[in-house]
Amino acid sequence: MRHLLSTADLSRDDALLILDTAEQLSQVSGRSIKKLPTLRGRTVVNLFFEDSTRTRISFEAAAKRLSADVINFSAKGSSVSKGESLKDTALTLQAMGADAVVVRHGASGAPHRLANWVDGSVVNAGDGTHEHPTQALLDAFTMRRRLGDLEGRRVSIVGDVLHSRVARSNVHLLTTLGAEVTLVAPPTLLPVAMGEWPCEVSYDFDAVLPKSDVVMMLRVQHERMNASYFPSAREYSRRYGLDPERLGRMPDGAIVMHPGPMNRGMEIAAEVADSGRSTIVEQVTNGVTVRMAVLYLLLSGSEPAIGGNQ
Amino acid sequence: MNAARNQARDGEPRTGEAVPAGGRPVDGERAVLEAPDINRALTRIAHEILERAKGPDDLLLLGIPTRGALLARRLADRIEQVEGRPVACGSLDVTMYRDDLRLRPARALGRTDLPEDGVDGRIVVLVDDVLYSGRTVRAALDALNDLGRPTAVRLAVLVDRGHRELPIRADHVGKNLPTSRSETVRVCLAEIDQRDAVLLRGGQR
Repeated sequence: MRHLLSTADLSRDDALLILDTAEQLSQVSGRSIKKLPTLRGRTVVNLFFEDSTRTRISFEAAAKRLSADVINFSAKGSSVSKGESLKDTALTLQAMGADAVVVRHGASGAPHRLANWVDGSVVNAGDGTHEHPTQALLDAFTMRRRLGDLEGRRVSIVGDVLHSRVARSNVHLLTTLGAEVTLVAPPTLLPVAMGEWPCEVSYDFDAVLPKSDVVMMLRVQHERMNASYFPSAREYSRRYGLDPERLGRMPDGAIVMHPGPMNRGMEIAAEVADSGRSTIVEQVTNGVTVRMAVLYLLLSGSEPAIGGNQ
Repeated sequence: MNAARNQARDGEPRTGEAVPAGGRPVDGERAVLEAPDINRALTRIAHEILERAKGPDDLLLLGIPTRGALLARRLADRIEQVEGRPVACGSLDVTMYRDDLRLRPARALGRTDLPEDGVDGRIVVLVDDVLYSGRTVRAALDALNDLGRPTAVRLAVLVDRGHRELPIRADHVGKNLPTSRSETVRVCLAEIDQRDAVLLRGGQR
């Protein structure tokens, strides 16, 4: 059985297949009956050990639009708070006959472990600071809709790269799709070992800004910060925040993205988030479509059409 | 491989993207319809559709990708030539409604193109290249059901090769082609296969 654990596992053909499938499925949300019978009788378990609004709802909507049965499981109020281990939880799901497990976990690598314990497909919905593949796919889908082919497009990912699973997933996926990625962050918010990442790194947002087709702002993840990574919120915002003045220096047609949830006034100004160049609301809509495509390709056939080996 | 993907055999995968099969017959294939035959058949079907619907106004031609969609476009062009008015035309991908999804690896989706005002109140003519088991048409009927409520649904096919597994029949047929199950029928269209032909292969006749 195949899984979607990391965007690094996706070949260019796999990635394009997901995006093309999503393109066709996007019509479903415009119909009066927003439902397809394709996954009737299949069970998708949403296994969320970390808080999430949009990702969990998005996966739930996607599975339901494909007629799958959805079981939501959140760590709060479950036996996990009594000390049940991930493995025992997995075995419980296995016994219930889950065809797919969508998992979010605070520990990097938890979905990989899970993939060894269950027979169904495992979809990584965010693991620690490691990966969040469906977010990267929906970002790529949104870029493709706004800008066309991603070949040669310059994408700047700005902010708290250190704690960002979105950044890591995007670097791999966008590079696979032919885009040139630049990470922009203060040195303290970049991972230590970046030697193998297929991207450029810059500390100077203003230098990168005029050369960007896409500016993706990342949330400053206070909840994961156990030390002070920058002097003050105000200073961070002045050097790495996207304000209306910086928006004005972006090339014509360039777009602003943010995976949400936003710290308005910190990494992104409210006027920028609500401007016509911002794709933030579209990203949420596209999330459902892209997750439908992933579930369809993993679950509908006798064997999955995408995904790396476990 | 390409040939296999184009067969309208029972439950054969319908690939979303056009497979460049080439119009040249491979070993053991013989043409049962050539370009002029296909032309004449389509012209006749276009007239039949018009006559039955009493004009082009409520008509909507929906082709099933890949080759059904191309045939629907050709029929629409002919109807426009005859009537001097355009007729609504689109495509309807039925992959998500197939009953054999679990028997094969997941497959790519074809294009669905519908007019903005949908299918409600229209006379929908489904167009496909080969009618065989009837399972594709059943999937198309289910898909239509989710899209709206047409006044009537009809079926036009270029080739009817028999061996139905469901109570479905075509209203307009280009050619009835008696075949055995061991034979394969391949429809080539100039738009993607460089030439027009219907090719028959195999079987112990």
